[in-house]
Amino acid sequence: MFFTKDHEWIKVDGDVATVGISAYAAEQLGDVVFVEVPDLGKVLTVGDSLAVVESVKAASDVYAPVSGEVVEANGDLAAAPETVNADPEGAGWFAKLKIADASQLEGLMDLAAYDAFLASL
Amino acid sequence: MTDPSLKRTALYDAHLALGARMVPFAGYEMPVQYKDGVLTEHRWTRDQAGLFDVSHMGQARLRGVAPLAAFEEVTPGDFIGLKPGKLRYSLLLNHKGGIIDDLMAGRPDDDGLYLVVNAGCKDRDFKWIANELAGQVKIERLEDHALLALQGPMAAAVLAGHIPAVADLDFMETTRLVAFGTDVIVSRSGYTGEDGFEISVPNAIAAEVWDLLLGDERVRPIGLGARDSLRLEAGLPLYGHDADETISPIEAGLTFAVSKRRRDAGDFPGYSRIKRELDGDLSRVRVGLRVLEGAPAREGAEITDASGAVVGKVTSGGFSPTLSTAIAMGLVPPALSLVGTPLSVIVRGKSQPVQVVAMPFIPHRYFRKS
Repeated sequence: MFFTKDHEWIKVDGDVATVGISAYAAEQLGDVVFVEVPDLGKVLTVGDSLAVVESVKAASDVYAPVSGEVVEANGDLAAAPETVNADPEGAGWFAKLKIADASQLEGLMDLAAYDAFLASL
Repeated sequence: MTDPSLKRTALYDAHLALGARMVPFAGYEMPVQYKDGVLTEHRWTRDQAGLFDVSHMGQARLRGVAPLAAFEEVTPGDFIGLKPGKLRYSLLLNHKGGIIDDLMAGRPDDDGLYLVVNAGCKDRDFKWIANELAGQVKIERLEDHALLALQGPMAAAVLAGHIPAVADLDFMETTRLVAFGTDVIVSRSGYTGEDGFEISVPNAIAAEVWDLLLGDERVRPIGLGARDSLRLEAGLPLYGHDADETISPIEAGLTFAVSKRRRDAGDFPGYSRIKRELDGDLSRVRVGLRVLEGAPAREGAEITDASGAVVGKVTSGGFSPTLSTAIAMGLVPPALSLVGTPLSVIVRGKSQPVQVVAMPFIPHRYFRKS
């Protein structure tokens, strides 16, 4: 699992990457009440908005950690957005991307680096 | 990450001790939520009793030879008719009938008027009143006082345990009494739609009173996040969003704050505009919207009619924990303001169906003796 400075995580399985937000980000957002996941087939460039999570107070974008095409979206979040708080780094995933350029993974943080990054905030 | 320009209330340390997440709000560092989170805090207030620090709001005394009559020059309310012990919701109006702020003004005793205005407006409000009423009134700001709000169905039982006399207060009554060893002002009022009280106490004992009230297991601390979702469900406008200097009381759906006597007399700021609007020449009015499908519609989202034409904008909106759906307030033409009218809101480029619904979104549960 890799992390971005915007607190997304990405888990790579072959050429498909699952994307979500870290436990830290979920905690910071507070109670998630709505999630908008991307349409299947949508082609995202690294840094594009991949999903939107809404807490009671505000909407926040989730950015694509790598470029790729959306091959699966987590439809369960529509009925159960609170899953993002309950299991952010598991069942609270947003979408799976077919990775367009695996070299983009190289710039991401591993868990130890992300923990160090969080400690520096 | 403390911004030294931000002010702190007397309860700042108490908030930190409770694990609050502090955010800048109206020039203060305020708790947006505590450990429970916004949803739980919201529901707790509806079910039990929530304790809010609203000390950032502007408290003042307005004194003069005839302070009640003078105050009518800057508001559309009936203050000459305000009896001792009563509290009134009112509006500061500019000369064009736009809303400078909304406020509470009451007579907890015979010492002029006791005012509570919005935090973000207070400096300007008090300057405005002092200028408009120069020579007639003096304003003493109560900067050395904190303001606590205890809201929810258990609020009366909890507070009566410390101040038995509050059980006799009716909704929108206010009194000065001796409690916690000092003079306090207690009003039966609030910003949640629930029964509850607002308690003005000297800063020196604010933390003690806060802790005392929190010592009751029915009471939990509630942050600004839930304060906003509670007032939204209660259909209460948020100044700077649902009302501002360009919006009149009629447009804001606050016609009740324009007293009958004052209308007949036509003697308040912006009367000509407000008279025209009361007579039917109204271009927009605040409505409640229930989002039938899709994301919460936030402030600024465009409202469209069946043809797709933009007819207005959302002034505030969010998620209703009680209704488990998104709700909003917005300004639309009167012809589209009837309950049941189907409209749409545009959120992130997508059109979502909404319906005009009555406000409050959930019934008020104020305490009324009769």
